[in-house]
Amino acid sequence: MALDPTDVRKIAELARLEISDSELTIYTHSLAQILDLVGQMNVVDTTGISPMAHPSDSPLRLRQDLVTEQDHREGFQKIAPATESGLYLVPKVIE
Amino acid sequence: MHRKTIVELNTPLRTGEISSVELTQAFLDRIGQYQDLNAFITVASTTALEQAQASDDHRKNRDPRPLEGIPIAQKDIFCTEGILTTCGSKMLSNFISPYDATVIQRFKAAGAIILGKTNMDEFAMGSSNETSFYGPVKNPWAKQAVPGGSSGGSAAAVAAQLAPAATGTDTGGSIRQPAALCGITGLKPTYGRVSRYGMVAFASSLDQAGPMTRTAADAALLLNVMAGFDPKDSTSVDKPAPDYTTTLNDDLKGIRLGLPKEYFGDGLAADVAKTIDKSIEELKRLGAKIVDISLPNSTLAVPCYYVLAPAEASSNLSRFDGVRYGYRAADYDDLNDMYRKTRSQGFGEEVKRRIMIGAYTLSAGYYDAYYLKAQQLRRLIADDFHNAFGQCDVILGPTTPTTAFDLGAKTDDPVSMYLNDIYTIPANLAGLPGMSIPAGLGEDGRPIGLQLIGNAFEEAQLLNVAHQYQQATDHHKQAPKGFE
Repeated sequence: MALDPTDVRKIAELARLEISDSELTIYTHSLAQILDLVGQMNVVDTTGISPMAHPSDSPLRLRQDLVTEQDHREGFQKIAPATESGLYLVPKVIE
Repeated sequence: MHRKTIVELNTPLRTGEISSVELTQAFLDRIGQYQDLNAFITVASTTALEQAQASDDHRKNRDPRPLEGIPIAQKDIFCTEGILTTCGSKMLSNFISPYDATVIQRFKAAGAIILGKTNMDEFAMGSSNETSFYGPVKNPWAKQAVPGGSSGGSAAAVAAQLAPAATGTDTGGSIRQPAALCGITGLKPTYGRVSRYGMVAFASSLDQAGPMTRTAADAALLLNVMAGFDPKDSTSVDKPAPDYTTTLNDDLKGIRLGLPKEYFGDGLAADVAKTIDKSIEELKRLGAKIVDISLPNSTLAVPCYYVLAPAEASSNLSRFDGVRYGYRAADYDDLNDMYRKTRSQGFGEEVKRRIMIGAYTLSAGYYDAYYLKAQQLRRLIADDFHNAFGQCDVILGPTTPTTAFDLGAKTDDPVSMYLNDIYTIPANLAGLPGMSIPAGLGEDGRPIGLQLIGNAFEEAQLLNVAHQYQQATDHHKQAPKGFE
């Protein structure tokens, strides 16, 4: 599977990662190697096989739509990088 | 005292020959003495001694709980209220969880003591413990060798007798492979048997927690505490867990052990093959019948896994964005720049590699060729096991193709690192329980693991075979030089 540095830049952007030029060389090489490994899957014909998403094929369990959690806002926000008046602070996104 | 198993520690604790405080202190001292192994990220001395005191008080006034006063090392992937939980990453290097994982709650309710949090590959992505932000762990059997991964700190801690037992998690072999490389007993239960609540997620359709101990009997004691339904985990299975200790002594006469030919082919080191053959002979002497089986698609388990696990990881790890907890970059221009810088600085190389693989295989235009294909192959791999269990009760083989390799030997070649898990990954894809037990030493004096794979929810049968094997052999009693 051919993968060039432009592809890797695009993948990094999709993954919200910033990679330097020197890292770009390393990742282009190793990602291509991994895709080669993964390409071995193609020796098996899987036409018509139903995909297995999960080991337990049973449907997910449902529960009553009831409030079961207590309010933990204070505890959760104590470990946040930046908060104010009960809100998480991030850089301005709306002008 | 450090040489005793949990089963053996229960008597002196009961008779009062030793208190939990004394026992806990003894292990804390050993952890300090062997710091150079780098097995722990956090040693919880203060809280451990408080818990030990509370356990001693409990014992005075009430009936002892299942693991009363027993110190346990917890993999740093389990959230622990008030104790740092890093998952081996800079991203969580400042993260003190506001709650306990279900596994941790269960250990606390059983009277166990949390000694500390063990080192691991970053976000459990690795087979050598070399991707940890906190540095590699050394294998107690050979300090230039890796302990395996990702639960490398837990395996090294148990092997060096810095703790009687530890927990691990296994997504593609992360309990069994380090257990094999460090000469201890490790059990990955059936998917859904142990709650994943509060266990930092890597690949959610594969992740499963389990015990890492010196003996199968101790693993049964730990699994008794860990296993069970948890409404907080949507994939937890609502099925009662048996008492795993009651069937340990069942007779092996007539049990059918399947040998998959794919596990004994090219790539298996000669000394490992020879040792596994000896184990098979031993099990025959105990009355087991050997059946030749085939798992034809298991040879493609590694390629299949390296689509599915990174895909799930890229989704799971998108939560690390520097907003609600964990690391946040110091300087950034706008929100996207904050995400990018936080993630680039907070994640290590291997984690970024897997996130990118996942982002790529899930991206528009590639989904069918990779993700869907891998899910179909997963079905075929699972079907192979289903067919095999028509002919045998337990599947037997090596845990790893070689003994522990040297630190640095595979860090520049991710694919060769991935291939280390060739015999462990199939059970994860099928969701089946797997176990590794010590089977002897290789030509280099490093441990070899015998792998047992069972049908879904047949952990008791694996523990039974492992226990009977350990009654007849003494490989599990060997301690690495310098740690006796």
